[in-house]
Amino acid sequence: MKHNVYIYILVMAAVIYLIRLLPVTVIRKKITNKTLKSFLYYVPYVTLAVMTFPDIINATSSIWSGALALIIGAVLAYFNLGLFGVAVSSCAVVFISELIIKYLV
Amino acid sequence: MKENFKFFKKGMRDGIPIALGYFAVAFALGIEAKQAGLTAFEALLLAGTTNASAGGYAAFRIIGEGGSYILMAITQLVVNIRYLLMSAALSQKFAPKTSVFKRALVAFDITDEIFGISIAQEGYLNPFYSYGAMIISIPGWAFGAFFGVIMGNVLPESVVTALSVALYGMFLAIIIPPARKDKVIGFLVVISMALSFVFEKLTFLGETVQSFKVIILTVLISLAAAIFFPKEDEENEA
Repeated sequence: MKHNVYIYILVMAAVIYLIRLLPVTVIRKKITNKTLKSFLYYVPYVTLAVMTFPDIINATSSIWSGALALIIGAVLAYFNLGLFGVAVSSCAVVFISELIIKYLV
Repeated sequence: MKENFKFFKKGMRDGIPIALGYFAVAFALGIEAKQAGLTAFEALLLAGTTNASAGGYAAFRIIGEGGSYILMAITQLVVNIRYLLMSAALSQKFAPKTSVFKRALVAFDITDEIFGISIAQEGYLNPFYSYGAMIISIPGWAFGAFFGVIMGNVLPESVVTALSVALYGMFLAIIIPPARKDKVIGFLVVISMALSFVFEKLTFLGETVQSFKVIILTVLISLAAAIFFPKEDEENEA
């Protein structure tokens, strides 16, 4: 069966928008339950941390360049370099370290 | 009115680095799109209407292999389910009177990064802040994918690999500064990364369970944290 790219996109966009839309529009009141509140407070940090590692070392050609990008990125983030600075630095670290690795191997 | 414009501008400013990072990541995504047989316009449309990275990768795999629409729907539900939690967290960040329309607009672009900077705002979130960030970053994402399809094979492999970590760099920039201020968050970041690593090694769980990794770990770790380290009420905070 031949599939239509535009229907794929429509299905995908609809599912994703519903996921994003429902909680924020349905939950209109302040949640007072302390456990639930704390849960929602911790969610962003946990989810982004889970997504960052070990994915960052799997994304690169060598796990070492990815590991180095993680360490240097974390240190720069610790000193508040900001989104763009940390992102660009991580890319640069990978680019340079992989050049060196290629040269050495 | 004037206040809203101020927040809009602030959002645009904070959206610039995100847009540049998005451009790089979406560029890599566009290369995948091309391999799946999409045109530049189709990649632009897909990226611009979905604003999802992992979802994009999964989508191109399904389209490339000619998978069913049902598979597409279920896969997107699984891969993007974390946005359900982010959306719930964001519901508490708005002033309770914020209209459904404004909430629905912001909801369109609940991405890891836009969510990250929105939740990091002090006090209640002015939706115009998110609008400003969206108007800058969505084109960055969409056109990144567009140019990835057109020019993907012009760039050397080493550059594309380097660009692929831009996203993770941004994640670090969002989670590390709060981790410095709040020891519990710092502890959670380390634990989350460690458990994420361990989870991937549990290959006997199978691919289906593995594909739920982000949501399973997010729920378990955040729940444990909520029970052991309940957040004290801060009257002025949202």
